[in-house]
Amino acid sequence: MENTYLSVIFHSTKSYIGLKVVFFCHSGPFRILVKRSFFIEDLIWRELLRHIGILFIHHSIIHDLSNKLLGVIFIIIMPDTHALVNDFLNQLKKRKIEGSKATAKLTAELLRSVISQQRIPHTNQAGALIQAIKAIGEQLIAANPVEVAVGNIVRRVLHIIREEDLSLTTASIGGLSLHPMSDDEDNVDPDDLSAAAVAAAARSTLRAPSLQTLLEGVPHSAPLHQSSSSAGDSEEKTKSTDKNSRSRKLKHHVIETVNELIRDITTCHELIAEQAVEHIHHNEVILTLGSSGTVIEFLCAAKEKKRSFRVFVAEGAPRYQGHTLAKELVARGLQTTVITDSAVFAMISRVNMVIVGAHAVMANGGVIAPVGLNMVALAAQRHAVPFVVLAGIHKLCPLYPHNPQVLLNELKSPSELLDFGEFSDCMDFGIASASPLLHVVNPAFDYVPPKLVSLFITDTGGHNPSYMYRLIADYYSADDLVLQQRPTS
Amino acid sequence: MDSRRAPRTVIDPKVRQVGFFAPPDRSQSVPLLQNSNSPPSPPLSDLSPSGNSLSPVMIPPPRHLSDLSSRAVPVGFPPNRLLSPLHRFSGESVIPVGSYNPSEFASPSVGDFFEEKNAQSPGPRRSRGVGGSGKFASSLPAGGFELPPEVKPKSLTTVSVVSNLQPNVTEKVGEQSNESQDGRGANSKPLKEKTSKAERRALQEAQRAAKAAAKAEGNAGSGVANSVNTKAGKASKAPVQKKDNVSVAASEKRGGERMTDKDRKKDVPHPRMQFDDTSRVEKAKKRAVVKQTEVRNRVELFRHLPQYEHGTRLPDLEKKFFRLNSVHPAVYKVGLRYLAGDISGGNARCIAMLQAFQESIMEYSPPKEKALNRDLTAKLNSYVSFLIECRPLSISMGNAIKFVKSRIANLPLTLSESEAKTNLLSEINKFINEKIILADKVIVQHAVTKVRDGDVLLTYGSSSAVEMILLHAHELGKKFRVVIVDARPKLEGRLLLRRLLGKGISCTYVHLNGVSYIMSQVTRVFLGASSVLANGTVYSRVGTACVAMVANACGVPVIVCCEAYKFHERVQLDSICCNELGDPDAILKVQGREEINDLKDIANDENLQIPPTSVPVIVREFRKDQILI
Repeated sequence: MENTYLSVIFHSTKSYIGLKVVFFCHSGPFRILVKRSFFIEDLIWRELLRHIGILFIHHSIIHDLSNKLLGVIFIIIMPDTHALVNDFLNQLKKRKIEGSKATAKLTAELLRSVISQQRIPHTNQAGALIQAIKAIGEQLIAANPVEVAVGNIVRRVLHIIREEDLSLTTASIGGLSLHPMSDDEDNVDPDDLSAAAVAAAARSTLRAPSLQTLLEGVPHSAPLHQSSSSAGDSEEKTKSTDKNSRSRKLKHHVIETVNELIRDITTCHELIAEQAVEHIHHNEVILTLGSSGTVIEFLCAAKEKKRSFRVFVAEGAPRYQGHTLAKELVARGLQTTVITDSAVFAMISRVNMVIVGAHAVMANGGVIAPVGLNMVALAAQRHAVPFVVLAGIHKLCPLYPHNPQVLLNELKSPSELLDFGEFSDCMDFGIASASPLLHVVNPAFDYVPPKLVSLFITDTGGHNPSYMYRLIADYYSADDLVLQQRPTS
Repeated sequence: MDSRRAPRTVIDPKVRQVGFFAPPDRSQSVPLLQNSNSPPSPPLSDLSPSGNSLSPVMIPPPRHLSDLSSRAVPVGFPPNRLLSPLHRFSGESVIPVGSYNPSEFASPSVGDFFEEKNAQSPGPRRSRGVGGSGKFASSLPAGGFELPPEVKPKSLTTVSVVSNLQPNVTEKVGEQSNESQDGRGANSKPLKEKTSKAERRALQEAQRAAKAAAKAEGNAGSGVANSVNTKAGKASKAPVQKKDNVSVAASEKRGGERMTDKDRKKDVPHPRMQFDDTSRVEKAKKRAVVKQTEVRNRVELFRHLPQYEHGTRLPDLEKKFFRLNSVHPAVYKVGLRYLAGDISGGNARCIAMLQAFQESIMEYSPPKEKALNRDLTAKLNSYVSFLIECRPLSISMGNAIKFVKSRIANLPLTLSESEAKTNLLSEINKFINEKIILADKVIVQHAVTKVRDGDVLLTYGSSSAVEMILLHAHELGKKFRVVIVDARPKLEGRLLLRRLLGKGISCTYVHLNGVSYIMSQVTRVFLGASSVLANGTVYSRVGTACVAMVANACGVPVIVCCEAYKFHERVQLDSICCNELGDPDAILKVQGREEINDLKDIANDENLQIPPTSVPVIVREFRKDQILI
C-alpha cells in the first residue's frame, strides 16, 4: 500500500476545496501526488507541504509511477474569468469597493487570475496577453472611471508583461550570444559581454534613466548596441527553439511580478511610515483631513519613535471620516483634536504641517483627494505651511488631468447634506416650473493643483510634484497610456 | 514709528471701555459736549482733565501748534486707521473716498487745498508717510463717523456719506470684475470700462457736485430739526472743533496718560481677558452672576479664551430669574436668549440688546442722592457684564453700548428725569433706525446693482444683509441663482435656504468642503461680516475665510457687506488670538445622522474637542470689494 499513489492535480486559486480533497485522501492508505499548477498561492502551497509528505511535480515521474497509480483526481475549480470580471465590474459600478488601495489590490488579483487562465498562442505570446488584459482593463475602467487606481493597475500589469517579455528575449539573446563567445575567441569584447550583463543592460534600457540607475553605474552604451543589433535576427531562432519553455516562463514571470506588485500594494504604507521620523518632529502640530490608513500608519510610526506631537483632524463633512480617523488615532495614544472644516483656516496658522492621503496622483503632480482638501491646501499655502501628500505608488496615474474637478469627480447622495423629508416640499415646488428649485451638490473629490503640494511621500521616497512624470516613466510604458481601442482599428 | 505706536497703546484702553466704566465715560463725553454745542465751554473742559484720553496722547503737544496752523484734523488717528484698510485694499478707492470730501465742505477746491496742506503738514500723521494717507486725513471729518464720540453728532451724515460713496463702489466693482476676468482671460467689456477711467472720473465729479449741492440743502434743512444732532454745518464748524480739541488735548495730555494707567488697573474683566491668567480669572469668577462650568479638557491652544460647558448654565439661570435684582428682567431675558442661541447675528443681537436697554430705561428711576447719569451708567455696566457672561459681546454690540453710554453721559444735567429718559429712548431708537435698519437698506440698494441677470451668487451661512440683498434683487425681477454654502456645526445655511426657497429663488446647497467644486460656476460672492477691523481684516462667522480664499483663488469677486457701526479700531492678525468658542458637543453630534457617533465614548479622554471658533479673520488680500454703508 505504501507504494500506491493518488495523483491530485490542482488547478485553482480557490484551493480550499482542493485542500479538503487532499486531506481526505491523505487519510487513506496511499500516498498522494500533488501537481501544482503555478498560480496556486504560496500560502496554500505551504499548507499542503506541511500536511502531505510527498509531492511530485514532474510529469516523467508520474509516468513511471503510472502502474502504481490508484487514480487521478483533477481538482479543477476553474474560476471562470468572465464571472470574476463581471463580479468585479458590478462591484465597481455599485461603488461597493471603497478606497484606492483595496481597489488596486483586487484589480491586481483579478488580472493575475486572468493571466493565469489565458490560453496563450505559440507566437506573439506577450501580444496576446496584452490584448486580453487591455480588453478587460477597458471594461474595468469604464465601470468606474473615477477610481483611477483600476486603470493604474491595469497599466502596471501591461507594463510588467512588456518588461518580462523583453527581458526573456534579451536573456535568450544572451544565451545565444554566449555560445559564439565561447566558440570563437576573436569576438569584439568577450570580457564585457556576459549574458548577465546583457540582461542587466536590457533592463536598464527599459527603465529610463533615474537616480537609482545613475548610481548603479551600469555601462550603457556597448551592450545596448549589441542587443539592439542582434535582436532582429535572433528573434525567429529563439521562438523556434524554446517556444514551449518560454511560453510557460513568460506567464510564470508575469505572475510572479504581479504577485510582487500585490505585495507592494499591501505593504506600501509600511514603507511610507518608515519615513515619518524624518518629517515629524517634537511638539509639532499636524493637520489632516479625510480618513487614510496610510496617514494613520505614518503618524503612529512617528509616535512610536517617541516623538510627541499634536494632531488636528478636520472632520470632513459630510462623510465625517475625520471622526473615525480621530477615534483610531486616540486609540493609538496620539493627542488628537477634532475641528470642524470651517475652522481649518483659523487653525492653520498654528499648524506646522499638513499631512493628508490622496485618492490619486496625476501625472502633472496634481492630486485627486477627498473633498475639502483644496481648501486646506489653499489655506496651507496662504500661511506657508508645508502640504505633504502620502501616496502609495499604485495611486500614481499616468494621465494628465483635464478639468478634474468635474471629470474626475463623483457626486454623492444629497441625503448626506439634507434630509429628503425636510425639503421635499421645495422640490415639489420645482416640479411645476419643470426644473427643481433646489439643487444639492455633494462632490466626493477635490483636485489639488501641483503648485499647492509641497511634497509627495511615496514608498520610493519623497518626491517633488514636478518629479511625478519621471516616476511614471519608470512604472508605466507609454504604449499603454491610452487603453481605449479605437473602433476603426 | 513712535507716533504710530503711541496711539495704539492708547486706543486699546479705549476699546476696553466697551461698556464697563462709568466715570471715564462721563469725563470722556465732555469734549463731545463741546463739539455738539458749538460754543465751547471752558469750565467743562477744565473740569475733566482726564477727558478725551484719546486725542491728547495721540498728538504730542509741540506738534499741536503746527497741526493747528496747518489745519490738520485733530482727532485724526483712529478714523484714519479705520479707513485705511479701505484705502489700502484698492488703490483706486483712495481717490473717490478722498474726493467726497468736497461735498462735505461744499466746495471741491477747499478739499483739494486740504489735501495739499495735509500732505505738507508735519505731525503725527505725516510720519505715517504714505501720500495717500494724507488725502485720507483730509477726508476725516466725514470719515470719523466711526469714532464713538464723533459718531453721534454725525449720525445723519453717515448715511449721506454712504450715498456719496455709491458711485465709487460701483466703480470698484467694475474694476474689480475687470481684475477677475483678466485673470480668467475672458470678456473684453470690463476692459473697455477701464480705459475710460478719465471719463468715469469726470462723471463722478459731476455726480459729486450734484450731491454736494443736494446735501447742502439737506443739511440746512435738517440741521435745525435735529437740535441734538448738531452735525449741521460741518464745513464751517470743522476749524472750530479742531481748535477746541487741540487745546483740550494740549492741556490734558498728562491727565490722559494717567487716565490710561487707571484704566488698566480697573480693566480686569474686559472682553479680551486672557483666560490663562488664573488670578484674574478667579477674580472675575467671584463677580460673575452666571456660574459657568469649565470644560473638562481644555484645548491648550485656546487657554486664553473662556472654555465653558454649554447648556449647563441655562436651567440654573432660569431658576434665578426672580431672584436677581441687579439685572432688569428684559435684559435678563435677552441674556438667556443669547445663551440659548435663540438670537444670533450681529444685528439681531444688537437690536435685541438695545430694545432691552430701552425697556429697562423706561422703568428706571434714579435713587434720590445720585445723579441719573452716573447711576444709569453703572446700571448699564452691570447689565453689560451680565450679557458678557451669557455670551461675549459682538463688536456691533460693543459699539452700540458705547453709543448708549456716551448718550447717557451726555445728558444735560438740567434735564428732568422723564425728559432725560425720553431723550435716551429716542436716541436709541434713532440708533437702531439709522445705524442698522437704514444702513442695511442702503447696503441693499448698492449691492443690488451688482447683481445682474444670469448671475450665480454665492453666500456663506446666513447673513441678514445678504439675505435682504438677495430678496430685493429677486423682487426687482432679476434672474439669478444662489449657491448657499453651509458648514457645521451651526448649519445656518439651511434656514436661509428654506427662506429663499419659500420666495421661489432657485438655490444650490453645498457643504463648505465642496466650495471649490462649485466656485467655478459662481460669478459673485456675497459675504456678511461681524466686523471690519482697523487693519482691514473682516471678522465674520467661522468658515467665511475659507470661502473668500477659494473665491480669490478662482478669481471670483467677493463682496463683503458690513454696516459702518460694526467697524472697530482693533487689529487682529489671526483668528486664534481673540475669538469666541462654541460648544464642543456640537462637533460630536451630527445633526440628523445618528449613525455617526464614533466619538461619543472617547470624547472625554485624551481626544480634545475643539469648539468651533465662531469668528475667524479674513485677510485683506482676499477681499476684492467691499460695500461700506
